[in-house]
Amino acid sequence: MGRAPQETQAGLWTYLFLALTMLFAAFPLYWMFVIATSDDEALAKLPPAIVPGDRFLTNVDEVFSLQDVYFAASLVNSVIVATVVTASVLFFCSLAGFAFAKLRFKGSNALMLFVVLTLTVPNQLGIVALYIVMGKLGWNGTLLAVIAPGLVTAFGVFYMRQFIVNTVPDELVESARMDGATTMRVYASIVLPAIRPALAVLGLLTFVATWNDFQWPLITLSGTDFPTSMVAVSDLASGNYVIYRRVLAGAFIATGPLLVMLFIGGRQIVRGIMEGAVKS
Amino acid sequence: MSTTRAAPAPSSRRAAPERGRSGGDDRRLTWRNRLYRFDMRYMPYLLIAPFFLLFIVFGLFPLLFNAVVSLRNYRLDDPTLPYWAGVENFSRLLGDEDFWNALYNTFGIFLLSSVPQLLLALVVASLLNRKLRAQTWWRVGVLLPYVTPIVASTMVFSVFFSRDFGMANWVLGLFGLGGPDDPIDWRADKLHAWIAIATMVNWKWIGYNALLYLAAMQSIPRDVYEAAAIDGAGPWKQLWRITVPMIQPVVLFTVILSTIGGLQLFTEPMLFDPNAQAATGGPNGEWQTIAQLIYKVGWKDLNLGYAAAMSWALFLIILIVAGVNYVVTNRLSGGRK
Repeated sequence: MGRAPQETQAGLWTYLFLALTMLFAAFPLYWMFVIATSDDEALAKLPPAIVPGDRFLTNVDEVFSLQDVYFAASLVNSVIVATVVTASVLFFCSLAGFAFAKLRFKGSNALMLFVVLTLTVPNQLGIVALYIVMGKLGWNGTLLAVIAPGLVTAFGVFYMRQFIVNTVPDELVESARMDGATTMRVYASIVLPAIRPALAVLGLLTFVATWNDFQWPLITLSGTDFPTSMVAVSDLASGNYVIYRRVLAGAFIATGPLLVMLFIGGRQIVRGIMEGAVKS
Repeated sequence: MSTTRAAPAPSSRRAAPERGRSGGDDRRLTWRNRLYRFDMRYMPYLLIAPFFLLFIVFGLFPLLFNAVVSLRNYRLDDPTLPYWAGVENFSRLLGDEDFWNALYNTFGIFLLSSVPQLLLALVVASLLNRKLRAQTWWRVGVLLPYVTPIVASTMVFSVFFSRDFGMANWVLGLFGLGGPDDPIDWRADKLHAWIAIATMVNWKWIGYNALLYLAAMQSIPRDVYEAAAIDGAGPWKQLWRITVPMIQPVVLFTVILSTIGGLQLFTEPMLFDPNAQAATGGPNGEWQTIAQLIYKVGWKDLNLGYAAAMSWALFLIILIVAGVNYVVTNRLSGGRK
């Protein structure tokens, strides 16, 4: 028994407990799919329905053809917002991370400390004033109001800095300098190729977070016909008589892209979260 | 040519311009030199500028400007009110039953969610830390809730927690609790609504926190466990006496994180309500949280000044609670500072 947990072969109970955890994690998603594929009666069954029905396409079709919720347009909006924000976060955060990791300039330590401190500022609490600011800019009700605040994040700068410090050797940067490379040249031909894994991780995390954001889009896009998909899903559930197979079909469609991302990039997401943790 | 220019700059800590000047003698600076000096001196600031500009405009300024708005009359439906309100918004806050009710709910849900969430995450992490078959698969699996939009999962949970045909009541019935004859009405009283909402929060964050813990656990030196095992400590004791104290910084981090997140809970209580648009959190505010009340006061009652006062009050509360949690957790998990 004198072994570290990492070397202990997992026993039956470990697998059993983990399997239960898994079931707990996956069941709501599975059941979302079950109802999304069923008719109205599936909800009122006891014991509850647990087998998918055959109405998925019918329900999806209904969601897309609703007159008061423009679901397709909201999906397009979500794609635009999440893509623009992710691309911008990757670009600006990698540039700033590079500057903090490899360039010398006055005040860099103090400025980096400032970046880290901003991680603890809950942006949500300035939401009333942010709405007023967006109003003055005339951006409320437009996608600009959703995109602009997310274009670069403190977490991204911090994450990129850590990665670049650890993976890009100083000697490589210096020898490029000797050959007369400009800062941007160093960024493009030395840093960028080295940080591809970090870009993948930060990109996935940013996309997920942006896609899932609800409160701010709800506030700034209220009253517009074309919100983001999260607001559209919540619109599906408003009104006096809610048809849940429709709501959950919409929810399932809006979750789909993220499930695909987890399926493809799961390993990276796991690594990203774990790496972000130890060093903070 | 290029080597003489480049040599002193990037590697030396001394300021580049003095060197450049003394080394340059009478030679006039060519445009290439100027460009080079600009690149070395100012380019770094240019690279970090986007973050600072955007943070100041959309992060810091709104937070501070909120304080100004909170001292003003700022009603979207009545611009004729006097500009300044003084401390009126804040004094109104103190006597506002809705505010105290929302604060009570927020803390109730926060306790029911953060404590089990972090404890279960710890257990899951310690299991994931063993030698497992298909290791990656398990780790990715626990992240399913993390990537699921709260909007989507809350819809599902709202159906689970419905009174008559809800999955929650059906399962409880199997264990002889409630059951079809005496179903629990999850939206009828505070405690049940809190439990339902806390369940959603726990579902979302257990896996994420478990991965944070797992990362920290993997850096614990292995011989510590060997020594403990020789002293006769079983797995459970090892978890509490060794693992937890050794990953204490991450525990503190998750406590602060879940405090900040938990006190701003919005989406779950919003969409748990069949009448979500009203943002009242139940017919009598059974589960209305502060973030939800801020939304209602600001965008349903159109009183932005008052809403700003509330969010500033919440900001201060978060600071205090996070500070208290920091100290308490530090003590409990055996920190020396």
